[in-house]
Parts: sequence; structure tokens; C-alpha cells
Amino acid sequence: MTDDARAAEGAAARPASEIDRRSFVGACVAAAAPLLLTAAHQGAAPDTAKAGAEGGAAAADTAAQAAVAGAPRYDPRQHYYGMGVDVDKCIGCGRCAVACKEENNVPRDPHHFRTWVERYILHDDADATVDSPNGGIDGFPAAVDEKGVLRSFFVPKLCNHCANPPCVQVCPVGATFSTEDGVVLVDESYCIGCRYCIQACPYGARFLHPVSKTAQKCTFCYHRVVQGLVPACVEVCPTSARIFGEVHRPSSPLTRFRRFNAIQVLKPALNTEPKVFYANLDGQVR
Amino acid sequence: MGQFLSSVPPQVRRLSVVLVLLLAAYFAARRVLIPPTFGDRGHYRAAAVDSIEKLPIHYAGREACAMCHPQVVARKAASYHRGVACEVCHGPAVAHTTDPMGHKPPAPRDRTFCPTCHAYNPARPTGFPQIDPVQHNPVAPCVTCHNAHDPTPPHPPESCAACHGSIARTKAVSPHAQLACTECHTADSRHGQSPRAFLPTKPATRDFCGRCHATGAAAPAHLPNARPPKVDMATHGERYVCWQCHYPHFPEGR
Repeated sequence: MTDDARAAEGAAARPASEIDRRSFVGACVAAAAPLLLTAAHQGAAPDTAKAGAEGGAAAADTAAQAAVAGAPRYDPRQHYYGMGVDVDKCIGCGRCAVACKEENNVPRDPHHFRTWVERYILHDDADATVDSPNGGIDGFPAAVDEKGVLRSFFVPKLCNHCANPPCVQVCPVGATFSTEDGVVLVDESYCIGCRYCIQACPYGARFLHPVSKTAQKCTFCYHRVVQGLVPACVEVCPTSARIFGEVHRPSSPLTRFRRFNAIQVLKPALNTEPKVFYANLDGQVR
Repeated sequence: MGQFLSSVPPQVRRLSVVLVLLLAAYFAARRVLIPPTFGDRGHYRAAAVDSIEKLPIHYAGREACAMCHPQVVARKAASYHRGVACEVCHGPAVAHTTDPMGHKPPAPRDRTFCPTCHAYNPARPTGFPQIDPVQHNPVAPCVTCHNAHDPTPPHPPESCAACHGSIARTKAVSPHAQLACTECHTADSRHGQSPRAFLPTKPATRDFCGRCHATGAAAPAHLPNARPPKVDMATHGERYVCWQCHYPHFPEGR
């Protein structure tokens, strides 16, 4: 084989456009450099921010201690919240739904509710009619034909704050979560609005906010609860059909409610372990 | 060190450089993409909980009202509305607690608000006080007779028809129209004030109806011209009590 032939063979094996190993690694490093620099910048910034926040928190702590002689800060690990609903006490006035919309700035249209009241009408042919006009806010028109009606009653509904929540399981970005005190919340600035949690909730307790396009739901009025207040719906319920309290604490009103009533939860077969406990619930309620 | 490095094959040395770069890129990407407080308490941004905690409160709670309005609160606490929080009727009151003169809570006085709870609806629990807004003192605002902070009426209902209107209307067109309710029922005077604590009596035996309707029974003393239909109590439906077939408020109905 001549030299010319060898050169021709080499040219065939190695096209003119191929880059060699050295320039490839160099290009990789050049490409990664901006990422590394950004990371270094980000890494430095939170450190200073954290230090500042810690300083601020420490200052706030001392100020608070000076003000109220060491009042304990809210510690979510000391709490585990639940709600009781006595179906036999609900008069269907819809004040809970009104208060919820006021307190949490829920859209006032008749399609978005964090809590609402359903009316069940059970017929003697084992059929059930369920309606909730405007969530019960404007009242329920009396059923015109009462023939064949076995019984009817109201069922307040809200997020069940499941101990085993399907909505949290499906969230692809970790924007909905269970807090340490057992409340299921939505991180609105992190939600991407994919609606997967709305699909996953077996109780229909979630909706997509028409303006922010993020998922919204009942928070047990978390901003009130951390200050020692009860949720707005519990506050305004005129017949005390709603009870708010701690699930595991013996002195909680919820514990008393659960002891003195036969308790059921909605859709127990789904193993969601709801923390909204219903008393005097008819088996037809879903 | 130099000896060790020179003993490592050159391809392993170059690969480890690439590996270190890849790892650095991975951790850099993690740092950029994951928000600062994510994972502090769980698989979520801990800062989100803090921002939710800081949301504004609108309902002040019933304790807040007692500080400035102790008399109204005390009166309500002894009434049937003791369980009804102030903000049920007066609306969210945090704005009023911070600026009492600037924000006056509304006080609904028209006939449309009270029926929100007290209009008759068959789905409401038995015993909850309900009225038919069309027939119950039409046009008059509820507050002319009822104080919302102590809603018991100023005087107990004087006629049975005030509460048992449908029975009274049915009886008025029946053969029993001439009979007063007290002919068959004895009601404690306190029944008007506490209906469920003092229940009226009801006839319990066949003989009670037989006082007028048995063969040979005399007409009631105060209705000498009445001619009640007579049956032989021994053979007429002797295994049943009368009201299993006859509705006493409309005996010949159905």
C-alpha cells in the first residue's frame, strides 16, 4: 500500500468535520461554566439571606419574649387537626359557605367553593337526588313534590384533609402537601396549574382559581388556626353542626364529639383516611 | 502523589475529569431548580406555609365582640340564639374591631334574612323552629315581634293555629270544625314557651272516641245539636285504634 493510499484511507475514516477529544472536553467545560457560575452566585446569595433572616428571627424572638414573657411560638408538631360534622344539626343555611368565601377571598361565582352544603333527598325507590344550588348560599327551594320522599337532609362538604391524600401523591412538583399539623395546603406560588390534583381528589374539594390558574382548596383556615381561632365556617355555624379540634388530644371538643357520636367518614373504602368526621351520616352519602 | 497519578491509566484520569464535571453540573442544576426552603420540613416549600399563615383574617370571633358590647352578648348568651355567633348576621368584623367608627357592620332587619335559617324546609332537622314566610305575619319585619338577640316572642302564641296552622286549616273544613283543640288535647300553659319540654296530651284509647261515637252516646253538652255518626264499638274495627283508619283532624277524608 502506498502512502497516498494510506492517506486516502485515513481521510475516509476521519471526516474533516470531526472534532478531536481535546476540543470536545473544552467545549463541555465552556458550556458548563455559566451554570457553575450561576450556582455559585445562588449558593452565596441564600447564605447571606439566611443569615439575615436568622438575625431578624432572633430579634423578633427576643422582642416577642420581652413583650409577652416567652409566649410559646406556634409549633405545628404539637397539633393534629380534624373537623367533626353533625349532619343532624345542619339546617342548610349556607352561612359556612358565605363565611368561607369572605374569609378566603374565594371567587363569588356559583362554581367555586372551598366548602358547600349539599341537600340529599332519598326516594322510596332507593334513588337519591343531590343538589347544591350556589353551594347552599341562597337557600334551597323546597321540593315541590314530596310524594315518595323517604327523608331529606343537608350534608356540609369540604376538603377531608386526608391523612393519606391522593392529591398530594399526584402533584408533580410538590406544590400541594400535608403539613406537620395534618392540614393539606397548596403552595400557590409553586403550583403549575396542571389540574392533576383536582382529578385525583375523590371528594371534589379542589378547583382551579379562574384568575391565578392555580389549584385552590380548603385550608382549615390555616391562617386563623395558627392564631388560636377556629375556621370561619365553624365560627359562624349557628347550630354548632361543625366542630373543630385536635384529633389525638383527649381534651379536644373533637374528641368528645367522636366519643358521643357514631362516626363515619366519606368513601372509607378508598383508604384516604379523612380527618373530617361525620356523625349521623346516611349510608347514601358519597 | 505524582507516582500514584502516573500509575493511573490515562483514560481513567480523563474519565474522572468528565465525571467530576458531570457531578458538578448535577449539583449546580439542583441548586438552581429547587427553591430555597424546599425539603426543610417535607416534600414542599416551607416558606409556603409561612406565607399562608400571614393571610389576612376577616372574622374576628365571638370573643372580640364581648369586649365592647357586653350587654348584647350577655342577653344573647341567655337566649335561644346563644350558639349563633355575632358574625353570622352582622358579617365579618375584623375591620370593625380595628376601626369601630369607620366600619359599621350591617344589621339585616328585612324579612329576607331571618328565613335563611327559619323558612320551612322539609330537609331541616325536626324541631328546628321554622315558619312559612308567606303566611307568617305577612309584610311585617321580623324585628317588630322578635328581638334577634333574644328571639323568644314577647308573649307565647295564643292560639294553637299560630304554630299548627296546617292542622287548624284542615280541621276547619272537617266535620270536627266545631271542636276546640282542647276537646282532645290538654296542653300545659308552658307548651307555648317551650314546645318540646311540655308536650300536649293525645287520646290513647278507643273509648275516647267512643264518648261521642259509640252507639247510644249522648251529644257533647256544649254542642246539643250535633249528630255524630255512631258505630258499635264492639264490632267496628275492634282490633284497631280509631286513628289507624280515621284522621281525627279530618275524619271522613281520604
